[in-house]
Amino acid sequence: MKASKMANYEIVSREDFSDVTYLLEIRHPMMARAAKPGQFVIVMLNEQGERIPLTIADFDCDKGTITLVIQAVGKTTRQMQDECQVGTSLYALVGPMGVPSPISHARKVLCVGGGLGVAPIFPQARGFKETGAYVIGVVGFRNKNLVFWDEKFKRCCDELIICTDDGSVGIKGLVTAGIQQAIEKHPDIDEVVAIGPPIMMKGCADATRPYKIKTMVSLNPVMVDGTGMCGGCRVKIGDQVKFACVDGPDFDGHLVDFDDLMTRLGRYTKTERKALEHWEKSCRLQREVGARVESANQV
Amino acid sequence: MAKKKTIRTIPQERTPMREQDPVERAKNFEEVACGYHPDDAMRESERCLMCPDQPCVSGCPVGIDIPGFIKKIGEKDLRGAYDILTETSLLPAICGRVCPQENQCEGVCTVGDSLEPVAIGRLERFVGDAAIKEGWANIPYIETNCFKVGIVGSGPAGMACAADMAKAGCEVTVFEAFHQPGGVLRYGIPDFRLPNTVIDAEIENLRKLGVRFECNTLVGRLFTVEQMITELGYDSVFVGVGAGYPTMLGIPGDSLNGVLSANELLTRCNLMRAKEFPSFDTPQPIGKRVAVVGAGNTAMDAMRVSLRLGAEKVYCIYRRSRKEAPARAEEVHHAEQEGIEFHWLTNPVAVLDDGKGSVRGMRCVRMELGEPDDSGRRRPVQVAGSEFDFETDLIVYAIGTNANPIMGQTSKLELNKWGYIRTDQSLATSMAGVFAGGDIVTGAATVIEAMGAGRRAAASMKSYLGIRDGAKPYDGGDEKLFGIDVQERNFARVRVA
Repeated sequence: MKASKMANYEIVSREDFSDVTYLLEIRHPMMARAAKPGQFVIVMLNEQGERIPLTIADFDCDKGTITLVIQAVGKTTRQMQDECQVGTSLYALVGPMGVPSPISHARKVLCVGGGLGVAPIFPQARGFKETGAYVIGVVGFRNKNLVFWDEKFKRCCDELIICTDDGSVGIKGLVTAGIQQAIEKHPDIDEVVAIGPPIMMKGCADATRPYKIKTMVSLNPVMVDGTGMCGGCRVKIGDQVKFACVDGPDFDGHLVDFDDLMTRLGRYTKTERKALEHWEKSCRLQREVGARVESANQV
Repeated sequence: MAKKKTIRTIPQERTPMREQDPVERAKNFEEVACGYHPDDAMRESERCLMCPDQPCVSGCPVGIDIPGFIKKIGEKDLRGAYDILTETSLLPAICGRVCPQENQCEGVCTVGDSLEPVAIGRLERFVGDAAIKEGWANIPYIETNCFKVGIVGSGPAGMACAADMAKAGCEVTVFEAFHQPGGVLRYGIPDFRLPNTVIDAEIENLRKLGVRFECNTLVGRLFTVEQMITELGYDSVFVGVGAGYPTMLGIPGDSLNGVLSANELLTRCNLMRAKEFPSFDTPQPIGKRVAVVGAGNTAMDAMRVSLRLGAEKVYCIYRRSRKEAPARAEEVHHAEQEGIEFHWLTNPVAVLDDGKGSVRGMRCVRMELGEPDDSGRRRPVQVAGSEFDFETDLIVYAIGTNANPIMGQTSKLELNKWGYIRTDQSLATSMAGVFAGGDIVTGAATVIEAMGAGRRAAASMKSYLGIRDGAKPYDGGDEKLFGIDVQERNFARVRVA
């Protein structure tokens, strides 16, 4: 293990699951060794970029890579979609951050992933499988065309329930419908792990509350450093305030104040929109200039 | 030698330093204090009496030969002054700017008994700036040994420790979690107080000593301190990660949008350059009426940054009186000049909601000072029935920090009951070969105290590694440790083009 091998965060492979979801596999041998399920990284695309937290979707010690699955929703994630091609490098990649998910001794586990949570639930499902638990996967997508990693999940899940909004594959409905189905079939589920948008995790916590099944969720609030220094990611867990970056990101879903989380996630919405507009404008300008230069060259 | 100087013969008034006009500077991020002109420095250097007991030297946490370097300024030998400074101080351009001199060297200056003390900090900065401008660097002759030293954290403690260990001949690597080195100097202290170019210059000097910086490395999570010793081949490790886990007030409304820590405000502005949004991507929270809670240096920085970001009104809310405010006197003075409104003896009790999850205002009570508490400061007590509300749309907490939990979570390092790393007098931790210093040991303190700790730890590390330390062997941890060893006087004078 050599320290100098750490730098240069090269993208070694990329896969596009849909027009908004893409996968990046990045070389970082040390991190591949250190990463554990539930941890996240902070990425900077370039020197002017912002630091964005992304949950690690997979890691491979042998290849020395970590995998991120990203949804292009804001300025940075869209710019990354444009610019992160195989062979290019990220400006900064730091991690693994956060307390690893405690892979408990649960015998029967329900792993739930929805939207951008589908990828990060995978290492947890695999982790539980490796401890010998019976793993039931529930993954949610909008429709059949957006489904990814179903084969990968099948390999580490004893049962896999796919939910789609339009019913084009699997059962029709939200992941909560899948949870309901699984709980009815298996009344002896020890633990539920849910990752996805806050509203989905809130739904999952509500779905399991009547059954008193331990439900862990992975929170993704706005953060800057990811090392416990800015306090931007503070969340309300029961009557306590915790920092998601160093005290989490996993918390007991039945104690999380999701409404508070969702309000706080909207903190910079206006500025973020401005950043996106600014970027789109500069992209348009660049294209126009490019087109003009080209037409001038042709003349 | 000329006639002996007395308190009557020296210039009576302290030489003022040129500053940007308060109205003008409140709108820009240029440095507030412009530094001494050579003539100013000459005049100020005459004010030093060269008194025999040198209280200033013992007042300095690193024991700089203050009369020595001032004498060289008087002799117009700036290079000589720089040589004397760098014998003990690693970063004169930084310390001259950010040290609380009024509590240290200047606080005990003999001239200060009857007149205003010699402006030691300004003179130090003058020499430090000249060195950066001229590209001076004192790279000593380094005889390399086979020891590998790892330093966790690139803030002032880590930088000071790195310099000493590199000079002792070790192969030194500094690990930083952020994408740029400098720690609190980079993310915390704003440009108008400490320009980035100054930090860059000092980091560059460390590189010239052979120190390597590895950014984007979160020690504890990417690899642990134990692994550094057992797997990565480090013979000794210094942990100087800072405290940096911000305290929130714990009053109703704390989690509303528009309430943030000074760390977040400052990191976004300084390190992430959010003030240049949208050229830089990070959003900057901007308030029209900003209330900053606290009156330390960080609070002053947060207030003055808010002003520069375009706030119309900035309030300082502090539960004690001005006398107890922990900030440097100069910072409070500068903040006042720039139009910050100070509300002493005022304590927030609740943050008011606008109904949409954002801040509308703040509810405070008036305080009065009662009996002294453990810290010797008079304890503020609430005045009954003094509650009042005021309007604000951004609230910044600058009320101190707690220990960062990462080291405790990821290593077996013994902690004290507050979560800070427990060390003995020599700054050795409970793990063999691992030393710690700075805020992660003492709790939030100053840049120069962290540097002092870094140097003290370096002395202990040298003794642990069995590196001979010349005429001043390690003797168990008093001020003598701060001194430099004789071998280090053999500076090779280099001038870098």
